[in-house]
Amino acid sequence: MTDTAASLLKTPFYDFHVKQGARIVDFAGWAMPLMYRGIIAEHQHTRQAASIFDVSHMGRVKFSGKDAMRFLQHIITRNLQKAVVGQSLYSLVCNPAGGVLDDIIVSRFDDHWLMVCNASNRTKLLAWFEQHRTGFDVIIEDQTFETAMIALQGPQVIAKLEQALGEPLSQIKRYHCKQLRYLFFNFTVFRSGYTGEDGVEIICGNKLAQMAMGFLAKSGKDPRGQTLQPAGLGARDTLRIEAGMPLYGHELSESINPIAAGLGWAVADDKDFISAAALAEVRRSGPAEKLVGLHIEGPRTPRADAAVLAAGQPVGRITSSCPSPTLNRTIAMAFVPAAHAAVGAALAVDLRGAPVAATVTPLPFYKRPA
Amino acid sequence: MASPADRFYTDTHEWLKLDGDALLCGITRFAVEELTDVTYVDLPAIGKVVAAGKAYGEIESVKATSELYSPVDGTVAAINDKVKADPSLVNQDPYEAGWLVRIKTDRKDFSSFMTAAQYDAKHAAA
Repeated sequence: MTDTAASLLKTPFYDFHVKQGARIVDFAGWAMPLMYRGIIAEHQHTRQAASIFDVSHMGRVKFSGKDAMRFLQHIITRNLQKAVVGQSLYSLVCNPAGGVLDDIIVSRFDDHWLMVCNASNRTKLLAWFEQHRTGFDVIIEDQTFETAMIALQGPQVIAKLEQALGEPLSQIKRYHCKQLRYLFFNFTVFRSGYTGEDGVEIICGNKLAQMAMGFLAKSGKDPRGQTLQPAGLGARDTLRIEAGMPLYGHELSESINPIAAGLGWAVADDKDFISAAALAEVRRSGPAEKLVGLHIEGPRTPRADAAVLAAGQPVGRITSSCPSPTLNRTIAMAFVPAAHAAVGAALAVDLRGAPVAATVTPLPFYKRPA
Repeated sequence: MASPADRFYTDTHEWLKLDGDALLCGITRFAVEELTDVTYVDLPAIGKVVAAGKAYGEIESVKATSELYSPVDGTVAAINDKVKADPSLVNQDPYEAGWLVRIKTDRKDFSSFMTAAQYDAKHAAA
């Protein structure tokens, strides 16, 4: 393990993870915590209380200059025309064929925009931006290594954090953000996340992250019994599957278009951008395949790329699956032909040679209580 | 944490322990940590003939599915029903309560397997 970690990038929270007994894995070249105490325990704690996730591996790219907005309008699928300062928008970056290069969140600030992208796609996107910036007066700065990012997720997060920061965070709307100050340090709180729970994501400079880490470390080696507990990438994955959220490399790729993935709402039809023509065509003719949710009978879990069967014949493929700790049953997402995508459709999954019954079910699998 | 010294280990992260006229078999702490939370264990029927190095079952976790390999030639004499009912026993106690199968074998020489010290040296039980 130590040997693996040596060659990997480390977030400012790496020592904290190790101290907490995390199992460290290579995630897109970063030494990240897969789990601390157990994926299911961390998942359930997030649904019931509050968890802290280190997501500093995600890319953070700043766009400024006279044409920053015009450049982003060219690059991303969402129309930013009506975006106000303090608003965050989920969007896709697509190639001219409509294939997804990445899914991102872009936020508007007074004098710049900030994009958060997947760790695995950061260098690819930076190259893509370089390739397409001709004719735009835009400054593109990769801030990934000078900043840190954590996600605080769970029903108790907002109240606890309001107490700790003395800020009325509940006034920040979903997919909005606010810049705050602690001592000499600025940080930004985003009311967003990747778990299906209420909560925030915080971006701050590495200095403040180091201080936060010291504070967290002092909160004790054994976090059991505490409200805020660390959770790793394992729980982050099962939480996002229950919430029906796509993960790049599973539900999204360069050969998948956002309409098929159920993300048509994030593709503008009232502006021009790199993939506009291709995506308009997909929208006109309807996607050949659709992303669906599946309930799978029995205790077993199919893995990504397992075949989905209709009348015994392979027609689709599993993209993600897990035993759902909240629903206590196996759930999956899959691409199937549009003809088999209706809710209630009876399909099967090839589970290592044995067909197991599966039923198309609405996404998301889990919605937090209002 | 050192692996228990009262048994032998394989390269595929199984342990085997002499238990009367048979062997108790399970998977190591290292394997359990690689798997993460175990959610399903597929164990063979009692009486099934197993072969050294061949799969006799499967184990699934939140993250992965992997095969379970028999360390020896033999016959399945018992399976751990408690693990079938509560797979998380494998996470909690892989060396005792989380045993998987009891295999009857004619094998008497276990010198080709690793000792706990050898296994830990190879898989850095850090």
